[in-house]
Amino acid sequence: MSEFVSVLTDNADLFVQFFRTTIELFLIGGVGALILGTVLGALRVSPVPAMRAFGTLYVNTVRNTPLTLVLVFFGFAAPKLGIPLDYFPAACIGLILYTAAFVCESVRSGINTVSAGQAEAARAIGMPFGQVFGEVVLPQALRASVPPLVSVLIALLKNTTVATAVNVQQAGSLPDYLSERGANQLFTNIWIAIIFVLLVAPLALLQRSAERHAAVAA
Amino acid sequence: MKLRTSAVVLAGAALAVALSGCGKEGTPSAGGSGGAASDACTSSGVKFTPASASIPGSPTYDKIKSAGTVKVGVKADQPNLGYKDASGKRCGFDIEIAQMVAAGLGIDPSKIQYSEIPSANRESAIKGGQIDYYVGTYSITDKRKNDVAFAGPYFVAGQDLLVRKDETAITGKDTIKGKKVCSATGSTPIQRVRDEGLTEPANIVEFKTYSECVSQLLDKKVDTVTTDDAILKGFAAQNPSAMKVVGKPFSIEKYGIGLPHDDKALRRAVNAILLKSFSDGTWRKIYDGTLGKSGSSAQPPKLEQY
Repeated sequence: MSEFVSVLTDNADLFVQFFRTTIELFLIGGVGALILGTVLGALRVSPVPAMRAFGTLYVNTVRNTPLTLVLVFFGFAAPKLGIPLDYFPAACIGLILYTAAFVCESVRSGINTVSAGQAEAARAIGMPFGQVFGEVVLPQALRASVPPLVSVLIALLKNTTVATAVNVQQAGSLPDYLSERGANQLFTNIWIAIIFVLLVAPLALLQRSAERHAAVAA
Repeated sequence: MKLRTSAVVLAGAALAVALSGCGKEGTPSAGGSGGAASDACTSSGVKFTPASASIPGSPTYDKIKSAGTVKVGVKADQPNLGYKDASGKRCGFDIEIAQMVAAGLGIDPSKIQYSEIPSANRESAIKGGQIDYYVGTYSITDKRKNDVAFAGPYFVAGQDLLVRKDETAITGKDTIKGKKVCSATGSTPIQRVRDEGLTEPANIVEFKTYSECVSQLLDKKVDTVTTDDAILKGFAAQNPSAMKVVGKPFSIEKYGIGLPHDDKALRRAVNAILLKSFSDGTWRKIYDGTLGKSGSSAQPPKLEQY
């Protein structure tokens, strides 16, 4: 038991440093993906066929590409193509672009819960698409999107560990570091799992309060 | 509608192909962008004939003998050291040391069952009996001696620097300030670079494998790769016209053969096999045919029997 605790206490410096990077990646990736994903969701239901086609193409391409491949593309291939990108921004961009595809689909599933009559009524009183979408459809859609969106965010939090592949050291790099320091591998991984659970807990709470906040009397 | 869907699928497929093509770009050059197919395994050509052995009091040996085969833990991603090529052939300095030991124990090298054991799992694999012995850049340390026994050392390595052939500015550990330094994620060499402040934290680059670092070195994305010189020499030997090892080691890593902790008889026997190879020139032939191709020379180490 004491060895179990000492794995954490002896390496507290690394745990703090690496989990901080994990949280940074998560916050940047999360905010970026929510914005981009919502825009993509709007594209997918927009009245312009070219925009819809672009949204569909984006989602089906990015969602079906392994995350490692997306990150490696921005980490290694982009510089070769003449786009100067440092590793951390590359990881952020990769995570944002990848997660946005899933956010888009969550938002779209929410949009589909809003009855067509709502949009038709809004159009009937002369609102342009921007207003129909932003003031009538989206607020109702986001309510239904909260549970899948939180799932996407939780997946993003865990996906940040893939950034080890492009020289961004975060929680996913801890097993490599600690094994070289001679720490017990099983204990290391149990600690990482515990901390991830602790990090996910606020997201679950956020989901509950957001659902309560957005609830409508049935 | 139908048309549009198939167009989307086609475009997606084309993009995916382009993406995966780019992603792979880094890997082949790791083998050696020198053109020659240096990825394929070549051995030093030393023939190991099984000796008639008998090691009384060694439970591991009894097990080996009755099974007629020996289970050896190795690495597979270190060219000219512990390597498995695309056709599944194994080669390298550590592999041939393992074969020599097997022959010394009376087992034909073709009867070896190799398992690739990652560094973190070596002690548990030896303790659990998954392997009979381990040969793979296994540094002898006091901490590890609590769990396993070591025969050897059979090689003394040290942390060194791998640079491009035309590099002149990097001549030792104190000349890498401001240079991009690459090594395996969390490895002792890169932790040392960070702890001793040999370069700025922003210039430290870490990847899962050394071959990614070597590929980045050849692409001029990093300036040097650092780890044990044995590993670096293996990469340099793959592509001696493009890379060289600086040759100023700044640590000492004694590679030993990992054995079950309490099998003293086996340890004595393996030490005797190593000692014989040091004196009869076998060690030198193995070295020259593998790591020696990098252009760096080395001497057999002094055994440490304990």
